[in-house]
Order: sequence, then structure tokens, then C-alpha cells
Amino acid sequence: MSELITRPFISVGKLFFSAVDLFVGAFARAGTLYALMGRIGSRAPTIVKTMVFTKEQMMSLGVASLPLVLVTSCFTGGVAVSQAAYMFSNIVPMTYLGTAVCKATVMELAPVLTALVMAGRMGASIAAELGSMKTNEQIEAMECLALDPIRYLIIPRVVAGMVMLLALTVFADLIAILGGWFVAVFFIDVSSFTFTNGLRLFFEPKDVFAGLLKSSVFGGIITLMGCYHGLTAEGGAEGVGKATMTAVVSSAVLILIFDFIVAALIF
Amino acid sequence: MVMIKMEHLKRHFKKLEVLRDVNLEIEQGETMVIIGRSGQGKSVILKHIMGLLMPDGGRVIVDGQEISSPRQVNLYEIRKKLGMLFQGAALFDSMPVGENLAFALREHRHLPESEIKKIVAEKLEMVGLRGIENKMPSELSGGMKKRVGLARVIAMNPEVILYDEPTTGLDPITADTINDLIIDMKQKLNVTSIVVTHDMVSAYKVCDRIAMLHEGVIIFKGTANELKASRDARVQQFIRGQRKLMYEGTFATDEERVQYTQKFNITDFAEQ
Repeated sequence: MSELITRPFISVGKLFFSAVDLFVGAFARAGTLYALMGRIGSRAPTIVKTMVFTKEQMMSLGVASLPLVLVTSCFTGGVAVSQAAYMFSNIVPMTYLGTAVCKATVMELAPVLTALVMAGRMGASIAAELGSMKTNEQIEAMECLALDPIRYLIIPRVVAGMVMLLALTVFADLIAILGGWFVAVFFIDVSSFTFTNGLRLFFEPKDVFAGLLKSSVFGGIITLMGCYHGLTAEGGAEGVGKATMTAVVSSAVLILIFDFIVAALIF
Repeated sequence: MVMIKMEHLKRHFKKLEVLRDVNLEIEQGETMVIIGRSGQGKSVILKHIMGLLMPDGGRVIVDGQEISSPRQVNLYEIRKKLGMLFQGAALFDSMPVGENLAFALREHRHLPESEIKKIVAEKLEMVGLRGIENKMPSELSGGMKKRVGLARVIAMNPEVILYDEPTTGLDPITADTINDLIIDMKQKLNVTSIVVTHDMVSAYKVCDRIAMLHEGVIIFKGTANELKASRDARVQQFIRGQRKLMYEGTFATDEERVQYTQKFNITDFAEQ
């Protein structure tokens, strides 16, 4: 009888403590992430001595991703033009087609879509690689050889991610506009002159720089999330899989949040 | 001279208290084997010596410097005196064997490339693996990986080598090769060694002294013969590999107990 009375209290107590546990856990994870950022910041000057590793990462994370970015951005530009043309029909003159597509591409579509695609490729690859190094004790082995993993593994990846995402976004901008031009000229019957004229209309270099600044911030977010989740992976293959998934999901969410924050700060 | 000293070391993981009060001193040049059942915290002790884990209480002193302090600014300098062979060798699988050895050398020693190649070849030869510099770790067997791991450790000329379960998962002959290498390293390089294992054949072969960890406390310290003669039921259960406590030695008088404790330096007894 007494058990029947106490059981609900025990259940409520357990629920309360698991809620507290979740809350404290979230703070602990945020603390670990800030500590990692602090360690990256304090060791940033050592980048000069580890340029070889940074170049390697630039090749594997950035240059190797170029075909993927070119394909996605080409179709992004094409879709943007066809959608805009559909919305403009009989309301807005087609002169503004190029203007709208150019603005949308350089300010929003190219940086965000490239970042989201790269979160899947770059973020997943970093989290899986570091996670498997962590679970196989390779990170600890580095520490035992008096080699700082932040210096040799993390900083090269973060710097390479920031630089290469910016470079990839430049290509994405160009290819998306080219894709848009192709669709406009060959599928919507807008003349090449009208489209290119529209591109030049209201063109602001600030828009391009804002887009590129965003992409660099996104590069930092993707690599940081990949590194953080990789370094905190636990428990073998399952842990690595979970770290990879969490890295990609958290990168995607943070990209959209920071897209708003950076845009609000600049415009 | 005491090379490594652990004083009242305590460490817990979540709700599990792994190390309760570990006190151990390892002399320079000796090989100390730490035995104990799986999950008792033997590898945790090694990670504390390396400064990979910080204790909840107590301290670890390596060659006179406290490595267990979070304020230790010379952590990497102290680590250069230490080397650790991991259970799974922990080779960098993206690099060939030669690069695995050369990586730390290149970063710490700033030697010409020809000199680095020479050291790599020399250390691989010491572990009996000449000419495998270009092989990838995935192409090596378990025993070969451990030997490459050991070569990587000795390439840095450490004063102390920590071995984490060096013979686990190996066939008896390969395990014996690793045991011989541990003895070789001690004789040729005069290093202090700490071997964590539950392989008693290996423990008896390589040890100068043995310590047994049980429920977070060192319950025995002494030579192999003293271990065999111990009347602690927990020690006997472990070294005989018995599932149940079969040996429960009792003393006829208190005098006999004192005499025995002093003779074999036994720190704790099972309840009589």
C-alpha cells in the first residue's frame, strides 16, 4: 500500500533529476565547446609552423569539393531564374530578372547552399575522421608524443574550412549566375543582353563581400562542429556515427542561425 | 631514486569510483607490473601518469615534477620524458609506418631528413621489423603493430615507458616476443617501465616488482616470489585465475601475521 503512495513521488523525482541532468549536461557541453574555441584561439599563432597540414586540408576539404559545388550551384542558379521568371510574369519587367537572381545568389543562395552542402561533406568527414582517431586512441597517442592535437589536427582544419568555403562560394556565385543565364536565355526566352544588363543594375560590391563574409563564418562553424563532435566521440563505431550525424545537423542549424545574425549585423 | 610517485590518487567516472586511494612509487630503472582484474582502473593509472587525465584527489609526480596539476605549464616537456605503448598500438592509420615514427621526431628534434630516416630504420630494426617503413598500419598484424608502436615510443628516447596491456590479444609466441622486447628495452636503454597487464606469464617474466590493484586500492606490492607467497585471498584468487575465493589463509596468532606482513611487505589482508 505504502509503495502505491510513494511510487508517483519517486517517478516525479526521477523525472526532475533527469531534467536537471539534461540541463547541466547542456551547460557542460557548451563549456567544452567554449574551452575548445579558447584553445584554438590561444594556439592560432602556431598556424605558421603547421602550414603543411593546413595545405593538405585545403586540398582534401576544399579543392576536392569543387565538382560537387559546381554542380549544385549551377542548378541553384537555374532554379532561381525559372522560379523568379514565373513570379515576374506579367507583373515585373524581365530586365529585373538578372538583378533579382544576382542579389539572391551572392547574398543568400550561394553562401548558404554551398555551406549546407559542405556541412554534409566537410563536417561529416572531419567528425568521422577525428571520431575514429579518438576511439582508436590515436589522439591520446599524439598527446603522449608531446604533440598538441589542437595544433596539428584542429587549427589546420578550421583555417582550411574558413578559407576554402570562401573560395568555393566565389566559384558558386559565378557558376550559379552562369547557370541562371543559361536557363534565362535558352528556356525562358530572355535575351542575353537583358539578363546581363539586369545583373549590372543595382549591383553593390558590398553584397558580394557580405556573402563571402557569411561563407567564411559558415566554414568556421562547420569545421568547429566537426572537430568538437569528433573529439568528443565515444564508444566505437556507434559513437563515431552519432558524432558524424550530430556534427552535420548542428552545423546545418547553426548555419541558418548565423545567416540571420550576420545579415542583421551587416545590412 | 624515485622516478614516478603516486600519492593518494583518486578518480571517479560518473558514479563509479575507480581509484580510491592509490599510493605507489616506481624507482628509476625498475620494471613495475601493475596487475588487477579488468575494469579495476589499471589503464586509468597510466593515463594519470601521462597527464591525459586529471585526478579528483592526490597527485602524480614524474621525475620530481607534478604532472597531475591543471596549472602545470610544462606538461608537454614532462611528456617528452615519457612514452606509452597503447593496447591497440594506436598507430596513425593515415600515415605509413616510417611517417608514424618520423612525425614526432620531425616536430621535436629539428634534425635533417637523412638523420630522421636513419633513426627510423634503426628503431624499426631494434624491434625486429627492418624495411617496413612504407607499409601502412592496416597491412600489419596485431603483433607487428605493437612492435611499430614500441619503435615509435623509443624513437623519442623516453626515460619511462608505459605499456598498456602489451600482450593482450596476441598468440603466446608473439606475446613472448613482446615480453623479450620489454626486457630488451630495459637492458639496452635503461628505461623505467610500467606494465599494466592481467597476463601473469608476462607479468612474472618482465617484472622487478608487481603491484596489484583491487577496488581502487593497491593491495599488494612486492616481487614475483612475494606475490606467489602472499596469503591475501584476493591476490591468490587473481594469480590462480579462480572464479571464487578458494584460498583464505588464516594466521594462528597475531605474531605470525606481523611476521608475515613484514617479510612480504603486504599492505592489506582479506578479512580473516
